[in-house]
Amino acid sequence: MKLQEFTKGIVKKNAVFALALGLCPTLAITTSVENALGMSLAVAFVLISSNFIISALKHFIPQEVRIPCFIVIIASLVTVIDLLMHGYSPTLYKHLGIFLPLIVVNCIILGRAEVFASKRSVSDTFLDAAGISVGFALAIISVSAIRELLGSGAIVIFGHKVVPALTSSPATAMILPPGAFLTIGILLALLRRAKVM
Amino acid sequence: MENLLGIAIGAILINNIVLTKFLGLCPFFGVSTKLKNATAMGFAVTFVMTTSSILTWLIYEYLLIPLHIEYMRIVVFILVIASFVQVMEMFIRASSPKLHRALGIYLPLITTNCAILGVALMNTTVEGYSLIAATVNGVATGAGFLLALLLMAGLRESLELADPPQAFQGLPLAFISAALLALAFQGFSGMIL
Repeated sequence: MKLQEFTKGIVKKNAVFALALGLCPTLAITTSVENALGMSLAVAFVLISSNFIISALKHFIPQEVRIPCFIVIIASLVTVIDLLMHGYSPTLYKHLGIFLPLIVVNCIILGRAEVFASKRSVSDTFLDAAGISVGFALAIISVSAIRELLGSGAIVIFGHKVVPALTSSPATAMILPPGAFLTIGILLALLRRAKVM
Repeated sequence: MENLLGIAIGAILINNIVLTKFLGLCPFFGVSTKLKNATAMGFAVTFVMTTSSILTWLIYEYLLIPLHIEYMRIVVFILVIASFVQVMEMFIRASSPKLHRALGIYLPLITTNCAILGVALMNTTVEGYSLIAATVNGVATGAGFLLALLLMAGLRESLELADPPQAFQGLPLAFISAALLALAFQGFSGMIL
């Protein structure tokens, strides 16, 4: 067990900001922190469990058909989280909408399966997947916090006002599509300037 | 009778797949550096999107619903799209090497393009379109993707000559350009058809 397998995915190899993977959910569901939390949990579940299974089965999956095998495993787990969220959290399910089933084509998950899980031990894979999940969560929660704060004026999570209203006339454009591109563009440039990655 | 013109214009301009719905962003940023590649990618996506819309609609309506296994849609759709793209690639390689050279490398990438699966899901479970409406939606969404990709590639080719601050070079600048493009497309959002 190496702890660096866990820590490298959080900042240095952050899936969103360093590798520019998984951009669709990062832009689409970051209109509120609540949605970002739900998405992070769903992606973490699928990423950790699918890579765990793929790593455990790596000696049984024939090399030539590995990609279809990975996709079937991932798609089954996405179906599980889709049904779970539909049953236990209908409002969140409605907000995430089509992006919940679309976790199946999130390139972070297939990417980690191909690059890491199919070659390494189960324990290393678990740490790697957990680290990448934390990094993804950090990225989308920070983007959504900026967008919600500027676009809605306050941050509300599950009915609790975390940050009270700053202004009565927020910049609505920030929670509309242009705000998503703008926020990520500026964040990327700032992170590069600060040489974080 | 559904409003087919409304669906088409809605999919191209009002709810543009890339700039409003945020689907297919990987090729949008990955293949938009050269106008020539962007054109090829755009046409490949339009083609696959149209045919896979029809295919997944038929499978959903005549296989999943009668068997009451709608919850299997994610697994079934992704497998159908992946195998269809594979067959398509072999067919194009055998029948037209010239077309294969132009589109070849983009076809495998399309399998993991979330726009294709997104449209298949929208046609069936979200909107519940008829077969004709689903086909129109597939063609129009593909055309919308092509439009966004061409606009972006044109912008980025001109930006090559610009001299931005070092931190903004490349991807950050592409995001800011996309933000302005998305802002322009917001102008269509009030249209009622």
